[in-house]
Amino acid sequence: MTLADHLPILPVIIPALAAPIVLLVMRRRPVLGVVVSVASCLTMLATALAMMVQVSDGTILAYAVGEWAAPFGIVLVADRLAAMMLVLTASLALIALLHALVTRADRKGWHFLALFQFQLMGLNGAFLTGDLFNLFVFFEVLLIASYGLMLHGQGSARLKAGVQYVVVNLVGSSLFLIALGMLYALTGTLNMADMGLRVAAVPPEDQGLLRIAALLLVSVFALKAAVAPLHLWLPRTYAVSTPAVAALFAIMTKVGVYSLIRVVPQVFGEGAGAAAWVPAPYLLPAAIVSAVIGFAGVFVARSLSEQAAYAVIGSTGTLLIAVAGWSAGSLGAGLYYLAHSTLAAAALFLVADVVARRRGAFGDNASPGPVFAQRGGVALLFMAAAIAATGLPPLSGFIGKLLILKSVAALPDWGWAWGVILGTTFIGVVGFARVGSAVFWKTAGEGTAPAGPATRADLGAPAIALGLLVALAAGAGWASVYADAAAAQVLDPAQSARAVLTEAGQ
Amino acid sequence: MSYEFLVASAIGVLVAGGIYLALRARTFQVVLGLTLISYAVNLFLFASGRLVVGRPPIWDKAVSDYTDPLPQALVLTAIVITFGMTAFVVILSLRSFLETGSDHVDGDKVPCDAQDGMAGSIAEDGEDTRP
Repeated sequence: MTLADHLPILPVIIPALAAPIVLLVMRRRPVLGVVVSVASCLTMLATALAMMVQVSDGTILAYAVGEWAAPFGIVLVADRLAAMMLVLTASLALIALLHALVTRADRKGWHFLALFQFQLMGLNGAFLTGDLFNLFVFFEVLLIASYGLMLHGQGSARLKAGVQYVVVNLVGSSLFLIALGMLYALTGTLNMADMGLRVAAVPPEDQGLLRIAALLLVSVFALKAAVAPLHLWLPRTYAVSTPAVAALFAIMTKVGVYSLIRVVPQVFGEGAGAAAWVPAPYLLPAAIVSAVIGFAGVFVARSLSEQAAYAVIGSTGTLLIAVAGWSAGSLGAGLYYLAHSTLAAAALFLVADVVARRRGAFGDNASPGPVFAQRGGVALLFMAAAIAATGLPPLSGFIGKLLILKSVAALPDWGWAWGVILGTTFIGVVGFARVGSAVFWKTAGEGTAPAGPATRADLGAPAIALGLLVALAAGAGWASVYADAAAAQVLDPAQSARAVLTEAGQ
Repeated sequence: MSYEFLVASAIGVLVAGGIYLALRARTFQVVLGLTLISYAVNLFLFASGRLVVGRPPIWDKAVSDYTDPLPQALVLTAIVITFGMTAFVVILSLRSFLETGSDHVDGDKVPCDAQDGMAGSIAEDGEDTRP
């Protein structure tokens, strides 16, 4: 086997090797640790892009770990959706890492860079795995790393929010295990593709159990995705995290959405008896409520980072409105919006940090403060990030929302979807305008701002995130074709079952 | 009473106790509740391979009946993970208590002694005065 054959496992291996190296060298030679971290992220991006090229023609790479044949061993599956999520993760990781290094946030506590790599390992693994129990394990890897990252920098606000975050996720993990146990007892397999085939053979007397297991699993994913009413943990956690970490966390809620998109068509598709499309009746109402709560939170937020956290909830809601259709068209539109909303949320968190760094005691509170350094440039960045988050032209959010509106028009409940998407966009615009004018136009208090950072270097990371959004808007034709193809591939589970259960066995 | 009934009711009692404790307001009880829930989950996972008594977990041509080895591997993984998580959450809640002076999960400044009915004995209002 050549290195190319091992491509699907590289995104897990690279951070798994980089993390201990960083841990070892950090104490004596911090510069080397930084170099290794950046190199690891760059390699990950290159690997993900290579994988994207390889799967863009519709091939599904199935990698049997240790050459144990598919239903028995753990299999990694790289298809269009997985490759897309890997590219997104690697790009976001580079942006977040750059911001952390420029603002020296990585020096505020121990082991930031090592935990960052472990977090990426968990994320990449969760996007690649084709085995449900392995998905649980990678969830735990990314959660354990995220606990450390979330608490990075300490302080009582973080510790308070941290306890809640950890407890909520521990309960979520327990529910995940119960669902897995039930599914294993019913189907006798943990491989997603194999389970999708065997779930049709569940006897009639066990259909009730199957339905419960499916609903439990879906609610765990909904908890990770912060869908209403399971969103309450998110705003506080994200708002108090170190901004570079919060920017990376923008992809964490998308892990929940990804798992939903991956598992529901594959395991609980047409042939699943009582569990067929089990979340379908609940997903649209929950998505609508999340979108409303999220953008209402944007409207009333008291600080920029809190506003960004609520924007995450709102964008997840909008995204799930598209996913809830479970049609190739709406799912494709949703995947385009997923890529967009992740980068937009990251940009919002980073801009909030840029503002907080310049305003001293005022922080990123949504109240007028003294004039601060580079106010014009920062205001421009905030405006661009707000345009992206609400979905106004010319950035990719507009195209994403337009695609979603167009695709859900064919669905029965399109009136609700249209009303909510358009209404929340308006509320979001007003909310961002209110906060923006308070922070950037009004001036309160005499005197100048406290000495902020003299350089403009910390404007770089948010600018890159926004630049990627411009690229996503400019390349919207290609990107939406890719997203549609990824959606079609996800909704055709027979295709991946063939790839996983035959090719990986050879 | 059958073996299945005993295991099932043990899991049920553990989960009930765990949920009750996890919904309490103070971190120590929440941690205990999470531990009970994770015990119940481990038992549940173990039972997902069906309860079989006196059979080897390894398949061999000589044996006709064997117990499913996979849930045991899963339980081992789950135990390791929950053990680490419990250790982490204990340290975290201890740290949070020391830093904020309150062991309430929502971090409110409720003096701990007020809950125990000893409010008069310590004059502080829960503010952290430690260095």
